[in-house]
Amino acid sequence: LIAMPDEYSAGRAFFAGLAATARSVFAYVLFGTFLGYGALCHDLSFSLTWGLVSSVLVWAGPAQVIVASSLGSGMSLVQAAIAVSLSGVRLLPMVVALLPMLKTERTRTWHLLLPAHFTAASFWNESLRLAPGVPRHRRIAFCNGLGVGFFVPTLGATVIGYLAAATFPPILAAALLFLTPMSFLVSTARNSRQWVDKLALALGLVLAPLFSYWKLQLDLLFAGLLAGTIAYAAHRLRDRSA
Amino acid sequence: MNATMRDIGPYFALVLVGFLPNEIWRVLGVFVARGIDEKSEILVWVRAVATAVLAGIIAQLTLTPPGALAGVALQVRLGAIVAGFVGYLLIRRSVFAGVLCGELALILGAYLAP
Repeated sequence: LIAMPDEYSAGRAFFAGLAATARSVFAYVLFGTFLGYGALCHDLSFSLTWGLVSSVLVWAGPAQVIVASSLGSGMSLVQAAIAVSLSGVRLLPMVVALLPMLKTERTRTWHLLLPAHFTAASFWNESLRLAPGVPRHRRIAFCNGLGVGFFVPTLGATVIGYLAAATFPPILAAALLFLTPMSFLVSTARNSRQWVDKLALALGLVLAPLFSYWKLQLDLLFAGLLAGTIAYAAHRLRDRSA
Repeated sequence: MNATMRDIGPYFALVLVGFLPNEIWRVLGVFVARGIDEKSEILVWVRAVATAVLAGIIAQLTLTPPGALAGVALQVRLGAIVAGFVGYLLIRRSVFAGVLCGELALILGAYLAP
């Protein structure tokens, strides 16, 4: 991955993270996705500044689409907040899975707040992939660089999408919205090196639509908990018999 | 209970409805992760759950998509996501190749089967 000498400053690690985003497929995926998001903000009559502030504060594609479309359609604030919170539950296990890889004995809790804020599918996948190649005591700086770097295509595309919204044909808008599920699927598959992760991915793809078809409350959360737990149980059983 | 954005303004609404309900999970994650060692077995389970929930979001965005993507036929969306995954497997397990194959399949499919 990335070979680095150990007398490596935090500033250099930060810039290495920043530079890594230019080689990440997610920089392009985010650019496309946020062209679509900028256009959505325009069509729902939000200001461009609101669109940019929402990207910095929320920083999670599916949640932002819910916020803009529910507020823009006049949905009640309580209902909208519940919908956003449900889409955000996935961030908890992501943060819990990533942070132990970044910290040392001397890491203070507040040092981890920024990498936690950056955690979303793109950042999570790239951090899990790249951080093991960075000296442990510089991983937080590296990941902060990665997170800040991802804001460049995101905010740039939000501006372009907002200004060009009126010229977008429907097929382009559809293709931009399709970037999120397509890139989430292949990047998660790439990061699923272990058998247990592959099984969790496959089970989640099957169980979530079933739970939602059966109209279960909190379907995404429970389908994920069940699929992940079955995958883990299968992994334990396999380990024991091996 | 029935207050809308008109009552409190777009920025206050953004913080209340967008930032806080989303960010709470990240902050909670920081505290849950505090006592966990990188090599602990529970992380295998946590990662499996995170992966499965992300899989659920992928399925949801494909089957019941937002906005203009809903205008593309379901068979085309499913065909495109499969094409993207097969493209990823066949072309050096490249994420870029997978996304490109999926997008091309979606655009082609939307033209052929509107």
